[in-house]
Formats: sequence, C-alpha cells, structure tokens
Amino acid sequence: MLLVPALTGLAFLVLPVAGLLFAAPWTTLPARLAEPAVLEALRLSLVSATIATALCLLLGVPLAWLLARTDFPGRRLVRALITVPLVLPPVVGGVALLLVFGRQGPAGRWLEEAFGVTLPFTTAGVVVAEAFVAMPFLVISVEGALRGADRRFEEVAATLGASRWTTFRRVTLPLIAPGVTAGAVLCWSRALGEFGATITFAGNFPGTTQTMPLAVYLALETDPQAAIVLSLLLLAASVAVLAALRERWVSTP
Amino acid sequence: MTGLLRARLIVQRTRFRLDAALHAEPGEVVALLGPNGAGKTTALRALAGLTPLSVGHIVVDVRQLHDQPPERRPVGVVFQDYLLFPHLSALENVAFGPRCRGEGRAQARRTAMRWLTRMGLAEYAHVRPDRLSGGQAQRVALARALAAEPRLLLLDEPLAALDAHTRLEVRAALRRHLEGFDGACVLVTHDPLDAMVLADRLVVVEEGRIVQEGAPPEVARRPRTPYVARLVGLNLYRGVADGYTVAIAPVDGAASGTFTLNAAEAQTGPVFVAFPPSAVALYRTRPNGTPRNLWRTVIDGLERHGDSVRVHLGGPLPAAADVTAAAVAELDLVPGRTVWAAVKATETHAYPA
Repeated sequence: MLLVPALTGLAFLVLPVAGLLFAAPWTTLPARLAEPAVLEALRLSLVSATIATALCLLLGVPLAWLLARTDFPGRRLVRALITVPLVLPPVVGGVALLLVFGRQGPAGRWLEEAFGVTLPFTTAGVVVAEAFVAMPFLVISVEGALRGADRRFEEVAATLGASRWTTFRRVTLPLIAPGVTAGAVLCWSRALGEFGATITFAGNFPGTTQTMPLAVYLALETDPQAAIVLSLLLLAASVAVLAALRERWVSTP
Repeated sequence: MTGLLRARLIVQRTRFRLDAALHAEPGEVVALLGPNGAGKTTALRALAGLTPLSVGHIVVDVRQLHDQPPERRPVGVVFQDYLLFPHLSALENVAFGPRCRGEGRAQARRTAMRWLTRMGLAEYAHVRPDRLSGGQAQRVALARALAAEPRLLLLDEPLAALDAHTRLEVRAALRRHLEGFDGACVLVTHDPLDAMVLADRLVVVEEGRIVQEGAPPEVARRPRTPYVARLVGLNLYRGVADGYTVAIAPVDGAASGTFTLNAAEAQTGPVFVAFPPSAVALYRTRPNGTPRNLWRTVIDGLERHGDSVRVHLGGPLPAAADVTAAAVAELDLVPGRTVWAAVKATETHAYPA
C-alpha cells in the first residue's frame, strides 16, 4: 500500500535531475562552459559564496559559542531570532536588507556617510545577502558541535593556565572542527544557491551581482541551453557538497 | 599556622554540603579517602577553581587563591580519565602548560620532552593519546600537570581507570614520581590501599565532612567510623570505659542492653574498641578456660575472604570472625546456627573516642 506513493515520491525527486542530465547539450558543453558570461557568473558565485562563508565563520562561530557556553537573559529569544532567516522567504529577507542597508536605510546611510560604502546593487551586497541567508546554518551546526563537545577538556586547559581565548583557540576549536567544517560547507552551498535575497537586495547586473542562480533564471528566457549548462554546474557543486558531507548526513545509523 | 596549603572549603548545594578544612606541607601527599558521593571530588574541584566555593578560603604559598580563576592558580590536576587532548600528541599535551606560561614553542617542546623522558615515555612523544595504554596515558597526564610547575598537585582517582595488573605497577611508579615533587599533593581515592601506599596522611571524608585524619598506620589501627573500620578490616565499637572494662553502646540492629568487653588497655570515658576478625574464635559449646570476652550469638552469614572464611555474627555484639575452611566444616557453621564467640582481651585495642 505504501509502495506506490513511495516510488512516486522517489521518481518525483529523481526524474527532474535525470531530465536535466538527459537534456544537457553534452557535445557543445565544453564550448559553452568556456563562454565569458558563464565563467563570469561562475567566478562571481564562487567568490561571493566563499567570502560570505568567511564572514559567517567570523561572526557565526563566536555567536554559536555565546549561545552554547554562556547563560544570559533572553538567550532562547536570541536563538529563535537567529533561526528566522532559515524560515523567512529569501525575498522578504532581501526587502528587509534593502530597508536597513539601502541608501535610505539607517545602517546604509551611516555606512555611506562614514565609509563611503554602498551595499545595494554591488558585489558586497551579494555577499551580505548570501551571508544573511546562510549564517543560521553555520550557527546552528557549530552550536550543536559545541554542546556535544566534552567541556572537561576546557577545564583541563584552564588548570594548565590557558586563558579563555587560548582554550577556545587551542582546545575547543580543534575539538569541534568537524562540526565547523560541516556548518561551513552547508553555509557555502546555501550561499551558492541563494537567489531571492540577492536579486532583491543586490539586483541582477552581469559581472557585479549576477550570480549563477540569477544567470540561470535569466538565461531560461533567452537561451535555454545556457540555462541547462549553468544548472549542471550548480548540480555538480551540490553533489560535491553532498560528497563532502556524506559521513555526517547521508549515512543513517 | 604555616603550611603550603591551607584551605577551608565550603560548598553548599541543595541536598549536599561540603565543609572541610585541609592543609598540606611542601612535599606532603594527602589522600582524601571516602565512599562515593562523600564530596571528595567536589573538594578537589573547589581547590582547582572549577567549582566555586560558597564560603571559605584557599591559600597556597601565602597567596589567596579562592578569588582567582583556575588558569591563575598554581594548581595542577590529573583527572580521573586523564583527559589528554585527543587532537594533540603526547609531547604537545605536555607542552601545553609551558606554552600557556609564556614559553616559546621550541622551548616548551624541550620542557615537555624532559618530562616525558623522566616518565620513561620519550619514545611515545609523537603518539596520539588514543594509541597509549592506560598506564602510559596516566604518566602523560601526570607529566602534563607537572610541566605547568604547579605548587599544588591534585589527583582525582589516579588509578581507578586501570586494570588490576597495571594498577600495581602504576601505583609504585606514581609513588616514585610524587616523591620527586616538592609542592603539596592532594589525591582523591576510594581505595584504601592506594591511599595507604601513596599518602603521608589520610583525610577520611564522609557526607561532606572530615571524620578522621592521621598517618596511614594510625588510621588503620584506630578507625573512628564504621566506614573506616570496614576499609581497614576491623570490628569497631563505641562504648564507655571504666578501667579495663568497656560498656558497649547498643549497636544498630542488636538487642538493646549493655554488653561489656574486657580491653587490654585501661581507659576512662568514651572510647572506641577495635579488634580484627582473626581474633574471634568460635565454639559449638561453651569453652572452659582463661577469663576472656565470651558471648553467645547466631551466625548471620558466611563468605569467602582470601584464604579463610568470614563469618558474620549477629547480636548482641555484631562482629565479623575469620576462621579456616576446615573449622567451618568441623563445627558445621551454617547461617542460623548458635555458637559461642570468644576474643582475648589482649587482642582488643581501646582508644579515646
């Protein structure tokens, strides 16, 4: 009784991907991949996703530490707030970013007056949009790793004379490295695929803000073959992420 | 009052209170001995700064430590499971303390190598902790604690994680290494043998309080609580002495009424009386002979105890008696059997309570 819906579900998940592989213009693929527009979108995507991940690591790991290792009033509320970008439609995130970091927004005006920096419709804006959407993945992953880590090792470090910072750097961080890596990979793949917040906050300018997902969407109107090629690239990236995380996610006990 | 360590530790929990005064001289090894849940580990953690004191003070080398965080205390800890950093080699584990004390990387590694060599572990310097045996891990943990140059060394059940065979070797080695340490050492154990071998002084802790302190032979000879008496294998009673006779206070579970023991030493007032189970002789019929402590009792149970059989006797004076297996057969000693028990006055030991 369960077999029919189960197989239908499987087909539903697998067939589109198989169709993509089937429809791919394999013979002209190398030439199409070498097209400057494709390379440009690919480069922009990789660079912005990587910088966004670095930003998430820089801000997200300390935030995860704060959530896992300290107790302060409103900690539960803070954790709830952090997960909001997870469930928020990305377009809404883009609109929110525009309101705050836009030229008329409070933070955006301050950034422009103080540093001459404008975020909307720039590559920096792409990074901000991606980081906004992807950071919860990292924070939640790292917080879980911190909670799972044996805190007695931190006590040992303290009795050996290590300050909190030394303990964190030389003991805690190496112990939770697998969790941080997993979080970073997840964060990176989410940033790579980000569409809604990016197009709303950073726009869609080839070379500066047009990342792969945006290029795919645009190409579908004008050059469906190019859209398929770009999609294949994103699919390859996703498969690579899956391979990198297979130990943690795919294998079930 | 002098001493390297002077401390009054009070830790108040909802259903538990630790209140213990501890002191130790340079080079002295003090063992905190007590049953599980007595508060020994809490005391150790309080000394290290890992558990805050509710009230009290900790002074090491005239320096007040109780308001200092763990990393600012000259206190080293060897934890029960050793807790070697799994991502660092043995050498890097030992070099961790010296690095934190400001030594450069190369200098710290030299210091660490010196300690590992001293522990006989030079060839294991680059081995990860998961490749070390229990005894080796224990020595690395000791080297790591000592390399940070503590003035007070704390050992939490240092031998509990080892099997019986390695335990014997490691205990002897540990004693040698502790003799070379000029600071004070406090170790926690529930094993009386570990405590007797390793420590210069025993501090017995029960339910958060110190119930007895003294040199190991003194504690072994003159136990002051049923727990200590059981640890050192003695029958122990509380009573009131009047010369050579001691009126024993009714023991829990025994019939009320006074029981009188004749002791070897004359005492006056509240006393403890102790005698070993091997001093108790058992008879099926009332024996004739010299004046001694003689009473009628019932056998509660029997169990093997080394080469002999330990017979548990019920009222009026609950006691353990060690007899040979041959005697058990000959006298047909079975639970419920009524027997006569005798203890020579010269085998008992009475001391002020």
